[in-house]
Amino acid sequence: MIKMLVRPLPFVTVMLALIIIWYIAAYFLNAPQAINLMDPDDVNNLWAVVQAAWSMDRPVLPTPDQIFSNLYDSIFNYPLDSPRNFLLQMAYTAETAITGLVIGMVLGIALAIGIVHSRVLDRSLMPWVIASQTIPILAIAPMVMVALGNIGFTGLAPKAAIVAYLSFFPITVGMVKGFRSPDAMQMDLMRTYNASGANVFFKLRWPVAMAFLFPSLKVAVALAVTGAIVAELPTGATVGLGARLLAGSYYGQTMMMWGALVLASLLALGLIGCVRLGEAGLTRARGGRL
Amino acid sequence: MAELALLQAAAVTARPVIAAEKLNIVFNAADKPVVALQDVDLHVAQGDFVSLIGPSGCGKTTLLRAIADLAPLSSGTLTVNGMTPDEARRKRAYGYVFQAPALFPWRNVQRNVTLPLELTGMARAEREARAAENLALLGLKDFARKFPWQLSGGMQQRVSIARALSFKPDLLLMDEPFGALDEITRDSLNLHVHELWRRTGMTAVFVTHSIPEAVFLSTRIVVMSARPGRVLRVIESHLPEVRTLEMRDMPDFVAVAHEVREALREGHSYD
Repeated sequence: MIKMLVRPLPFVTVMLALIIIWYIAAYFLNAPQAINLMDPDDVNNLWAVVQAAWSMDRPVLPTPDQIFSNLYDSIFNYPLDSPRNFLLQMAYTAETAITGLVIGMVLGIALAIGIVHSRVLDRSLMPWVIASQTIPILAIAPMVMVALGNIGFTGLAPKAAIVAYLSFFPITVGMVKGFRSPDAMQMDLMRTYNASGANVFFKLRWPVAMAFLFPSLKVAVALAVTGAIVAELPTGATVGLGARLLAGSYYGQTMMMWGALVLASLLALGLIGCVRLGEAGLTRARGGRL
Repeated sequence: MAELALLQAAAVTARPVIAAEKLNIVFNAADKPVVALQDVDLHVAQGDFVSLIGPSGCGKTTLLRAIADLAPLSSGTLTVNGMTPDEARRKRAYGYVFQAPALFPWRNVQRNVTLPLELTGMARAEREARAAENLALLGLKDFARKFPWQLSGGMQQRVSIARALSFKPDLLLMDEPFGALDEITRDSLNLHVHELWRRTGMTAVFVTHSIPEAVFLSTRIVVMSARPGRVLRVIESHLPEVRTLEMRDMPDFVAVAHEVREALREGHSYD
């Protein structure tokens, strides 16, 4: 209980500091434009300038309260199925991120199983797995969208493919390490039981690798949300937080962009929370240690 | 005629559980091959408790691993229950206790002990009944729900012995199981192992480098020497079948221990 009270303290302190810096920065970034728009009589009144800088319609840097009132307005003053409702856009992004994450996880684990059990796959696949991540996703995402769009995959599928492409990597690397982490004695033990390859996998390799799955998943979640937004940016940008981000930048709607960013990070936090929940559940089932 | 029948009966009870002849094991190391075992002969009869003792590098663990089919032979013959080590392992003919408990930390004590039985597809109730039986035999009845890290080192090793009994093997192979434990814990575990052996009538091969431990537990002590690993002497111990820790101060016990020590000295184990 005390831990729960004390732990947020450093976090809250840093957040307060950031908010103060934010307001100061918003003043300095917005003031020149605000002064231009102001009644010339008020220009020498510092407080009036501050108020103007913090309440512009199209600020260079909106203040936190502007971002949140904008978000509030979008979420509560528009129906859930309106494209102006940020929650709807977040749902699209979440759908892309989660679908891609699940595909990436299945693919990542399957690759790791192959790599661990076959020397040929280990030699031939691992370099490609690593090379795949050296290609900048921003460069490849539009090409994937166009290529998949041409063969009839539009909407969710190409976006999920991009997310899967990004998120399988930490899973593969983590699970290869995890599947290989049983020690020689544990392997010998299974041999004395005349255990089959499947036995060794399900009774030893898989449970050992669980300790590696969750950290990998956390990295994958962060990549999945980034990937989903990047996938929403190219030509087909119609729905999702990425599309809002792009529209915001076209029309100088900084508040829209910031709103999309806030919801993107909330989405990532929510997904990380789910991973931690799963981790906590398994830890409890194992008597308190993963 | 009656004598012949008696002899035959003796031959049946003394059926060799392990028979090794001219056993050689050579490991290919980076610079030159290492002879782990050279021309080793070993015969273990049913019901024997045989200790392998010798300095580090004498191949005692390698010999045990060869019996368990965990190390390949280079030449010679080795049979376990009349089968090749590979066949014996496939028939799950032995239980093996490692130097460390090697328990799976994500399984509680009970599920660690039932693990080998899960692989055979035995029904859950039956698995659990047998695990309970084996845990009781090692005095661990009340710890079934604990996780390995909640137990002391000595208790963990007892769990690993209970686990080795899962297939009801008539051969128990133990590789320095108590080497990492303090002397008091080791004494108590020696009593556990002795009781277990006496009550089940199992055959046991036990690797150790403790002279008192070897003498206390064994019916025969195989003294080995290093570089190359070979058998120096086999010492029969005629101590009473039921043994107590107090016996270690008695002249008979001391005499056997002395004999083992002399044999080790002959092999330059103290150089």
